[in-house]
Amino acid sequence: MALKETPSQTVGPYFAYGLCPQQYDFDLKSLFTPAMAGPETPGEHITLIGRVIDGDGNPVFDAMLEFSQVDANGRYPASREAIAQNGFRGFARVGTGTDEQHRFIVRTVKPGSENAGEAPHVNVTVMMRGLLTHAFTRIYFEDEAAANAEDPVLAAVPAARRDTLIARRSEQAGSIVYQFDIRMQGEQETVFFDL
Amino acid sequence: MDESILSPRDFDSHPAYVYPPYRSSVKRGPTLPLIPLKEKLRNQHAPVYGTDDLGALDHDLTRNAAKNGAPLGERIIVTGRVLDEGGKPVRNTLVEIWQANAAGRYVHKQDQHDAPLDPNFLGAGRAITDNDGRYRFLTIKPGAYPWGNHRNAWRPNHIHFSLFGDYFGSRLVTQMYFPGDPLLAFDPIYQGTPENARERLISRFSLDTTEEGFALGYEFDIVLRGPNQTPTER
Repeated sequence: MALKETPSQTVGPYFAYGLCPQQYDFDLKSLFTPAMAGPETPGEHITLIGRVIDGDGNPVFDAMLEFSQVDANGRYPASREAIAQNGFRGFARVGTGTDEQHRFIVRTVKPGSENAGEAPHVNVTVMMRGLLTHAFTRIYFEDEAAANAEDPVLAAVPAARRDTLIARRSEQAGSIVYQFDIRMQGEQETVFFDL
Repeated sequence: MDESILSPRDFDSHPAYVYPPYRSSVKRGPTLPLIPLKEKLRNQHAPVYGTDDLGALDHDLTRNAAKNGAPLGERIIVTGRVLDEGGKPVRNTLVEIWQANAAGRYVHKQDQHDAPLDPNFLGAGRAITDNDGRYRFLTIKPGAYPWGNHRNAWRPNHIHFSLFGDYFGSRLVTQMYFPGDPLLAFDPIYQGTPENARERLISRFSLDTTEEGFALGYEFDIVLRGPNQTPTER
């Protein structure tokens, strides 16, 4: 390798007007929103809800998260035209500063499997003040126990820690919610990946 | 996506998760070892976007939020190339920036620093790299500001950068600093970076980039993780 990577630095506390302007009510169009799919996207519509918890057990109010996933058929969007057609962006960005409980709330469809043998999952990038380098994790689904048991990434995670990657399914006011908290430290520290 | 595989993240180039002089890292940085992902799983896609997503003035922070005049401060041009580790330009990639105004104040509601807001400056910009991997912003030199990390802590002048590159795993969020800034020596965010890598965060003053009679120029090249030069056979 001829060149060395530019070092990472923290996203800091003031990303909102630059990276999530509409969510935080700034007068600038957001390039990415907290929705990965539109109402017209085929698939089971779900909402991912959770918080980022620091080492003292407090919810983080200035984290920024990005989510990426395949659609119900296991495919990433191929082009802007494809996104315009079925509303599936496959990517969301959300800050934890606009919800009173500092939750992220991401609307999407339940992903399929990109490749045979891989369990449905959502890729997550975690950024915040205090985090000098972003962290990668994944959300798996508790009602996919059989697929999860076969998944090669989950298999590489020590059994005692796998649970930190599994979102809990519930029905709230007629919609399907998957609950997933990201714990930065402590006994239940979420598994982060060297991607 | 081609068959090449994203190179591993070079952890010698990046700050550790917990760096105690930077106080908020102590309770927020993961403490357990990262779990390695198998090689081919690194090749996940970056999000889809295009130049049509950007506004005509998105790259010009001196005009993109102007209400009744020009923002105060020193106009600067910030430009550079986005390259992968093999030296190949990263084309059509989104570069997002955000920064404080000339007085060292952010528009963000949480910023309570007692310095004036500028009604004609938001401090957010974005651009997409051209065929040479080049981006270019026109902006105002950001001021330093106090941040309470330790006694008399002031952030050096800096501009925040966010980039995707071609892969989900080539994501980079960083900060660009200015040459000769005396605050760099006291800044735990800058100092938290491995010593041999820090200077890559400092832009280069460039008279060639400067526009005579209008704006000074700074060059800041950015290197993202790229594909391994020798793709694995399969």
